[in-house]
Amino acid sequence: MSVRNRLLRVFRDVLDLAPESVVEGLRYRDLPAWNSVGHMQLVAAIEVEFDLMLDTEEIIAMSSFEDAERTVERHCGPAV
Amino acid sequence: MSATVAPPSDGAAPAGRALEGRVGLVTGAGRGIGWATAGRLARAGARVVLNGHTDPEGLAARAAALEAETGARCLAVMADMARPVEIAGLYRTIHATFGRLDILVGNAGILEDARLGMITDDSLERVMQVNLHAAIRTVQLAARLMRRGQGGAMVLVSSIVGLRGNAGQAVYAASKAGLIGLTLSAAKELGPDRIRVNAVAPGYIETDMIRHLDPATDAARRAAIPLGRAGQAGEVADAILFLVSDSAAYITGQVLGVDGGMIL
Repeated sequence: MSVRNRLLRVFRDVLDLAPESVVEGLRYRDLPAWNSVGHMQLVAAIEVEFDLMLDTEEIIAMSSFEDAERTVERHCGPAV
Repeated sequence: MSATVAPPSDGAAPAGRALEGRVGLVTGAGRGIGWATAGRLARAGARVVLNGHTDPEGLAARAAALEAETGARCLAVMADMARPVEIAGLYRTIHATFGRLDILVGNAGILEDARLGMITDDSLERVMQVNLHAAIRTVQLAARLMRRGQGGAMVLVSSIVGLRGNAGQAVYAASKAGLIGLTLSAAKELGPDRIRVNAVAPGYIETDMIRHLDPATDAARRAAIPLGRAGQAGEVADAILFLVSDSAAYITGQVLGVDGGMIL
């Protein structure tokens, strides 16, 4: 499964979104659930899903779904 | 003070294997309270990461000896707490080796005495960097690993000086008081993730940190302790072991004095 599909699943699970919801383009604080607490929950779920440890700077800079995708790809490549 | 209560033996705490399966990190584990705590955790069955930064061979030898004694995996990892990049590397090693972290004992610290008018910028930076900034970074990274599992327990080693202050130790006291603020805030923030955060505040403990004192100061400090003696590193370690164990499952955001009732 691609990074994108795995990330879509993570975002929908953590932010409690419907399976068909559009996640692409979503930005930090666009949804009430993606607040600072939700952000750390997203980070934890991403780190578990891809078995990695993000840098603090990466966590702070990860302000959209696409940012998250680029960050994970930087660690794992596009298809893991 | 006439009565003296004798210290218990510094041998293995009879904790059984209550921490079996867990992974613990002890910063500043090469000697004193850190070393005693690493021993308590390993004897309780935890796999232990011993962090130090000045004596790689010595720390590796201690980790190997502890592993041989307890059968628990003990890993020495060098990292200078004054260097954020090395702290991050320490956690990457824990992640790569164990994939989890259940216990953090933030013990690394330095003591540099100076009267207010004689505090240099270098000393201020150094003490705050190691004692406080590193602790914040350590809690930050430990929380990320603990969130992945079933939660965890952190204990930060503050000091009675952080609670009461002491002449000639303004920077050290500020750094140790900062640890208490960190403990209280982190306990509130991480409680929902089942991560408990507590601190211990040791009093006058027989470690390298007090061996530089002149005899008069040493005698005055001992005279201020109702139990009539200095504490042992193992006695602080016993308090830490309690706080990271399930016996303290409902305790978070607390500062436990381990000071023989010392009055500062």
